[in-house]
Amino acid sequence: MSYKAHARWLTALVTMLIAVTAWSSEVLQPAQPAAVEWSSSTDQGSVFAAISESEVMHLADVSSANTFNQNLKKHEANLPPPEDGIHDPNNEATFALQPPKVAFKGLPESTFGNQVDWVKSIDQKALAPRWDRVNPDEEPFVLDMDIVRPVKASMPDVVFPHRQHTEWLACSNCHPAIFIPQKGANQISMSAILLGEKCGVCHGKVSFPIETKTCKKCHSKPKPDDWKPPLSSATVNNPWK
Amino acid sequence: MALNAQRRNLGRSAVFAMMASLTAFALPQVAHAEYADVVINNYADAAGMRPVIFPHWFHRVRFRCKVCHADLGFQFKAGGNKINMAKIIDGQFCGACHNGEIAWSVENCGMCHSGIPGTPTHFHGSTVQRLIAPTYKALEKPADKK
Ligand code: HEC
Ligand code: HEC
Ligand code: HEC
Ligand code: HEC
Ligand code: HEC
Ligand code: HEC
Repeated sequence: MSYKAHARWLTALVTMLIAVTAWSSEVLQPAQPAAVEWSSSTDQGSVFAAISESEVMHLADVSSANTFNQNLKKHEANLPPPEDGIHDPNNEATFALQPPKVAFKGLPESTFGNQVDWVKSIDQKALAPRWDRVNPDEEPFVLDMDIVRPVKASMPDVVFPHRQHTEWLACSNCHPAIFIPQKGANQISMSAILLGEKCGVCHGKVSFPIETKTCKKCHSKPKPDDWKPPLSSATVNNPWK
Repeated sequence: MALNAQRRNLGRSAVFAMMASLTAFALPQVAHAEYADVVINNYADAAGMRPVIFPHWFHRVRFRCKVCHADLGFQFKAGGNKINMAKIIDGQFCGACHNGEIAWSVENCGMCHSGIPGTPTHFHGSTVQRLIAPTYKALEKPADKK
């Protein structure tokens, strides 16, 4: 075994130790002063040790219930595989996998999903993914046809662009299994999309996700100036009006 | 040299394992994997292999969706293709490319079988997963009524 190998093991061990100490001082410290105070102010350490234990648990309960915006989920994007929480860092090959940030360098950015604007990447020829498994020269059959879907709500109307889709997909990926190829023939709603149907088969899974920042990608055609929201029947028939 | 590299990796793995467990303490329930990573674990765990992780981002840099989802017949459903090793070495699914001609060959088990043991089949980072409570599902099918 070489000197270098020893040194590396040692560094690993020391790092682990530091990590453990840092962790324990951060997590355990608030508990310790309480315990020390209790037992030092009396002589019956064992009895009060039990009380202070429950005291500590109580404090922890309260603080975690009242965390600010407790339902807000934030993710750090594009972490390298060994740190991403689903790849196993005990698997040697995990370290041979490419970190996303390395691959995404120089591609047009976005602020959601993979943090890459995949449409622009192709439009600007920053990427040229193959249309055929073996032949790099085969070109996609791109259909430039927009379909406008009026929306019965204050949201801007939805424009479905065939162009961006047929850059990536074959007609048979959508027609007829997901959409009947006829304008207006498909019932689409936002709840279906959020559940992973219709547009949600891909959007929210591989293509851009459904979140506040992306609503306007689909809802892109502003309502006419004279647009008024339809009144609900409960409002129209309201007996106390 | 090879031995050295292996030791380096082991040391690194240990540090990362530590870091991973620390993050687990600090942030329960959040995994940070890349958007659109698919964990496939219909059979792998039962056979003593780590679950498979398929990275969409890595493949879509190289191929359009059509290659896999139209030409190679991958259904749009995580775990829905019933992939296994016999099919792969016959040139189906991952085996259409991971054959030593288009991409590295199947003897690199750990490249695909890289998931944390016990991770169920799922689609990472999907909008459905990020819903705080699946309101829409409840409207369709009340859980307490059968
Ligand atoms: C990503 C999914 C998707 C792909 C891929 C796709 N389409 Fe469509 N297509 C749609 C949607 C959505 C509609 C609108 C249906 C509606 O309004 O109910 C539509 C409508 C149509 C219509 C009806 C237009 C009309 O005016 O009635 C035709 C024709 C059509 N598509 C042809 C194609 C062809 C040809 C291709 C391949 C080059 C293709 N589509 C690829 C989703 C897709
Ligand atoms: C079969 C998969 C699939 C379905 C179904 C689908 N899309 Fe897409 N869509 C894509 C892909 C792939 C892209 C490329 C961008 C990306 O991956 O983020 C895209 C891009 C788009 C864009 C372009 C965004 C831009 O930056 O120019 C819009 C708008 C869009 N989709 C709307 C819709 C709507 C509306 C529907 C439903 C009527 C729908 N899509 C259904 C796969 C799909
Ligand atoms: C992938 C494209 C897409 C995205 C992203 C999207 N929508 Fe929609 N939305 C649609 C389509 C398609 C419809 C149905 C239009 C119709 O009636 O044909 C719709 C309908 C709606 C409606 C009308 C009610 C209903 O269910 O029909 C509302 C409100 C709405 N969307 C809100 C939103 C909000 C808020 C966001 C952002 C969080 C959003 N949408 C993001 C495609 C999208
Ligand atoms: C190209 C990616 C890939 C490579 C490389 C690969 N596998 Fe798999 N393997 C898969 C997929 C995908 C599955 C299906 C996983 C599931 O559903 O649980 C699978 C399933 C399995 C299963 C359980 C199902 C069955 O076929 O019995 C075993 C065991 C297995 N792999 C062993 C191996 C071994 C050993 C190697 C290396 C010689 C290897 N794999 C290499 C992708 C791969
Ligand atoms: C190299 C092959 C490959 C490419 C390219 C690819 N996919 Fe996939 N896709 C897969 C595999 C593998 C699965 C998982 C299937 C399984 O688990 O059986 C999958 C699953 C999916 C799913 C299922 C999600 C669910 O509901 O569980 C969707 C949607 C999807 N892909 C969309 C896309 C889109 C959109 C693109 C193009 C931007 C794309 N894929 C490119 C291989 C590919
Ligand atoms: C259409 C061809 C194709 C299919 C199908 C395919 N792959 Fe790949 N895959 C590739 C190519 C090309 C590479 C890059 C090889 C290289 O870097 O030399 C790759 C690389 C990978 C990598 C390594 C990523 C990295 O970070 O280096 C993994 C993991 C992987 N594939 C898993 C899978 C699994 C699992 C399946 C089946 C579910 C699959 N692939 C199906 C073409 C494919």
